[in-house]
Amino acid sequence: MGDFDDLYREIILDHYRSPRNRGELESPPAHRVEGFNPLCGDEVVISLLVEDGKLADLKIAGSGCSISQSSASLMSSAVKGKSVDEVHQLIHTFKGMMSIHEAHLGKDGEAEEPVAIDPNELGELAALQGVVKFPVRIKCATLSWNALAQGLDEVAAEAS
Amino acid sequence: MTTTPLNVEALRKDFPLLARTVHDRPIVYLDSASSALQPHAVIDAMAKYYETTHANVHRGVYATAEEATHLYENARLVVGRFIGAPEPAHEIVFTKNTTESLNLVAHTWARTNLLAGDPILLTEMEHHANIVPWLMLAEERGLELRYIPLDGEGRLDLSDLETLVAGVKLVGVSAMSNVLGTINPIAEIARAAHANGAVVVVDGAQLVPHAPIDVTTLGADFLAFSGHKMMGPTGIGVLWARRELLNAMPPFLGGGGMILDVKLDSFRAAPPPARFEAGTPPIAEAVGLSAAVDYLSDIGMDRIRAHELELTNYALARLDEKLGSDCRIFGPPPGLDRGGVISLAYRDVHAHDVAQVLDQFGVCVRPGHHCAKPLMRKLGVQATARASLSLFSDEHDIEVLIEGLVEAGRLFG
Repeated sequence: MGDFDDLYREIILDHYRSPRNRGELESPPAHRVEGFNPLCGDEVVISLLVEDGKLADLKIAGSGCSISQSSASLMSSAVKGKSVDEVHQLIHTFKGMMSIHEAHLGKDGEAEEPVAIDPNELGELAALQGVVKFPVRIKCATLSWNALAQGLDEVAAEAS
Repeated sequence: MTTTPLNVEALRKDFPLLARTVHDRPIVYLDSASSALQPHAVIDAMAKYYETTHANVHRGVYATAEEATHLYENARLVVGRFIGAPEPAHEIVFTKNTTESLNLVAHTWARTNLLAGDPILLTEMEHHANIVPWLMLAEERGLELRYIPLDGEGRLDLSDLETLVAGVKLVGVSAMSNVLGTINPIAEIARAAHANGAVVVVDGAQLVPHAPIDVTTLGADFLAFSGHKMMGPTGIGVLWARRELLNAMPPFLGGGGMILDVKLDSFRAAPPPARFEAGTPPIAEAVGLSAAVDYLSDIGMDRIRAHELELTNYALARLDEKLGSDCRIFGPPPGLDRGGVISLAYRDVHAHDVAQVLDQFGVCVRPGHHCAKPLMRKLGVQATARASLSLFSDEHDIEVLIEGLVEAGRLFG
């Protein structure tokens, strides 16, 4: 059960049972973005408040499986208070961690350059690394991250 | 039941995939409602066809081409007789799957016969395959969609049927729900539909593989089903329709094989069923489907139904006994109007997590919305975990399922 235990690590189960930053922020001023996994019906709603180039606050709502919900909770803890540039970098690094396995599978033919993962940079998020051994669940883990990236893009577009 | 029970232990040896292990445990295949497993007879028939016979059909005059054509057309007869089609040579159209069969009806019969404002009646328990084609046509034509609602136990509530069916030109209904296992009273719905001059389109994907079907008494005007859910290969589906309906329908896809003549400015369509089979058809798949039908017929659909009914009742009773209110079962209580599809929610553990834990026990179930999102909304859930039975399923499979559910409860509880 090695891979299986790797998928459902204690940190993940903890964030699933006690999700951080749950709820919604008043919008406006916060920006609201929804993520949706049409395959399993998982939903995530992110309220994000960007101030002075920083992600000053965010809240997560929605429902779904333990992987999508814990990933959203872990993400919220990791990005809150960071600069928008840092958040973008973290999204890139996290998605890199998720796509390494896709490259191993050779899904798109060409193997991608593996993204070097710095465990210090990812902190608790590294607990989600076990997901890459379960390709179907990668979409669960990246749902909230894609929604956050979309939300930040929408905020930037509104500001410009 | 007066039928002879199946010798499940012997039948299991017919399915090579059941010999494999998953995570060092014997596979427990409870996902036949998604796609059934294939017996040796089907795999061997297809291999033999490719090794000894393969050629395109309806074209060559050489021996193997004649043989391939014969096998393909014979499959039409075998499949047609299996569902009691009065004129199988003319009434069986091979498609890609149930979805394509239903789309065929939407694109041809419905496009020709439905006008803006015409109502169509569906049910709240339909698979997306029997909703989306009609939504697409409704958008294009401005049709009105009506739905037969569900009652509290997951059956169709027919109390307002007379009102709902008034003025309707087409009724689309699943013979058996792929989520709830409900076997619907097609004949009763068809009587009301026909009294109003409507045609009845039946999604038979779930029922045809698991119970005796006779289209002369079913009440359907169109019946769609898939090969791979009845132990045949993927890539082939069936549309049965009454001959006079097919004769009056325009072609579906255009191309080779579906014409009598082609000029630079016009074409004449071939008679059915060729009219609806443009391009090289799924020949090896038809051979495989024919072998699957022979396999099922040799066992006997009444015996298969009796076995699955008994095992469904056993499973529902055992789930209740072992897990009680922790396990919510969707669909009607045990009874004759229930097939071997068991959708469940275990405590508040998400279906994906339930299925992931079950996988560790070698148990294959389907988590998700089962391509029935309107039904999921009605049930008030995002997803369910669905265990579905087959002729080779047995009580041991149910016990392993329960063992896995208990573990999911321990992990996520």
